[in-house]
Amino acid sequence: MELKTKIKAEPGEQQLLITRNFDLPVALLFKAFDSAELLGNWMGTQVTILENKPLGKYHFETKDPSGNVVFEASGTIHSIEQDKLIVRTFEMANAPFGAQLEFLNFKALGDSDNQSVLEMQVIYRSKEIRDQMLKLPFASGISKAHDRLEALMREGA
Amino acid sequence: MKLRRDVFQALADPTRRAILLMVATQSMTAGAIAQGFDAARPTISKHLSILTECALVVSHKDGREIYYDVNAAKMKEVDDFLTPFRKMWEARFDKLEAVMKNYTAQQDQDKGGKS
Repeated sequence: MELKTKIKAEPGEQQLLITRNFDLPVALLFKAFDSAELLGNWMGTQVTILENKPLGKYHFETKDPSGNVVFEASGTIHSIEQDKLIVRTFEMANAPFGAQLEFLNFKALGDSDNQSVLEMQVIYRSKEIRDQMLKLPFASGISKAHDRLEALMREGA
Repeated sequence: MKLRRDVFQALADPTRRAILLMVATQSMTAGAIAQGFDAARPTISKHLSILTECALVVSHKDGREIYYDVNAAKMKEVDDFLTPFRKMWEARFDKLEAVMKNYTAQQDQDKGGKS
């Protein structure tokens, strides 16, 4: 099965490139990151803060049905250009990875009004941390949190 | 399946990942590799034998020396380890697309209702 999401992780580098084409106008793709409700909806988490402006910030929180926080992450918005670019940091709470820097490029695909592409360049503090992040879905403890997350996402669907 | 898990275990070790990076650029002897680490030579030999067993590195003899190289074909297979990560993002982005299509439909409906 061909996945639409491409991930480029060159050995020895401390960054990742995530690329994905969408059947959406670029304005709508951008909006998916620019509204707390919509962002939370597809990320499968509660977006408790989203200040999408230069030097803004955001905060994600996911609770299980009993109200325990199973996932928490936050970051700062460094800069933002409508329908074009978001530069932000991301850091998971209670995880040993530290902050990562993310450049999100939004582009219309060719001349199409209905197709767009998102390119995410994610830079980690070290290549070791990047490699650990890539393996995250394997790590048993965290993979449980992911299963939970996925279950929550399915519930929300 | 077993082979694949071995590769993953081999890669889980930071010293072995460092060794792979070293031999990725040039063929090296065990002695030359060991110089790059604080670890004792036998420790490096053990790492090399694990890497060789799971075919991440290959060795060839040149005179009295044994040189180690990264096995490009196997490293490509390692790319498979990205699969769960990719699937996670794929699922997320699929959801994004669905959420936004639904959002557009909703907006159109609201507009339709008002006019």
